[in-house]
Amino acid sequence: MIDLVHFQILSISLFCIGVYGFMARKSAIMVLLSIELMLNAVNINLIGFAAFSDFAESTRALGQVLVIFVITIAAGELALAIAIILRLYRNTKSINIDELDSLKG
Amino acid sequence: MIISTSIILFYVVSILVIGGGLGVVLARNIVYSAFSLLVAMIGTAGVFLFGFSEFLALVQLLIYGGAVVIVIVFALMLTKIEDFRNLNDNDQWPLAVMISVALLAVLLIALFGSPIESTLGSGVGLRHLGKTLFTDWAIPFEIASFVLLVALIGTIILVREDEEENP
Repeated sequence: MIDLVHFQILSISLFCIGVYGFMARKSAIMVLLSIELMLNAVNINLIGFAAFSDFAESTRALGQVLVIFVITIAAGELALAIAIILRLYRNTKSINIDELDSLKG
Repeated sequence: MIISTSIILFYVVSILVIGGGLGVVLARNIVYSAFSLLVAMIGTAGVFLFGFSEFLALVQLLIYGGAVVIVIVFALMLTKIEDFRNLNDNDQWPLAVMISVALLAVLLIALFGSPIESTLGSGVGLRHLGKTLFTDWAIPFEIASFVLLVALIGTIILVREDEEENP
């Protein structure tokens, strides 16, 4: 039957995929998509604990409340980051993050 | 019998999630990555259903499937896509593979060494969730709405500024 361990293994795998994409891709939009993957991995973990742990019901409701907050902040962060990337593309004609090093000094 | 059916369905949505995630990070064309993200999000909504949280599954479908992927596809349409359609991985991708595999190993060791034991799953209930959200967590809820407002205004200002400087 479905267990807490299934949720945790799925969450860990998705998080490591997101970490790989975050470090290995060149395009800024791909980095953003990898961050979304990692946030989803965290959500899966929280839902698993909210459903399959033996805490009190108010504590388990806290898990779902946290998922709501994570989704909210992720949506706001994504809109802002897309705006920054569009701005970056307009100014530098590039979204390759290896070339965006003018603040390096 | 019902138990084995449910675990088969859980494996199906897990394959959707993992396959979508791998598609996001491995696809060469960035549009394919965006649609792989959609597949992963729909799979995540299915996983939420197995966690007895129907409301959050619906929210996941609406926000990620409906809004986030649309925003990303619009961003791809507004930039000239030929410039970065075939951006490859950068030179440090073997290092990235090593780090993520090491992180996977560490997390799995920590998982199987942890004393947390699972119980029979049970849902929280939408009534209880709403009561918790609007009593104990009312102030963070309001702050979250304020954060969304600030993000909205910031997005508009960031995108519009260029037209005002040189109309």
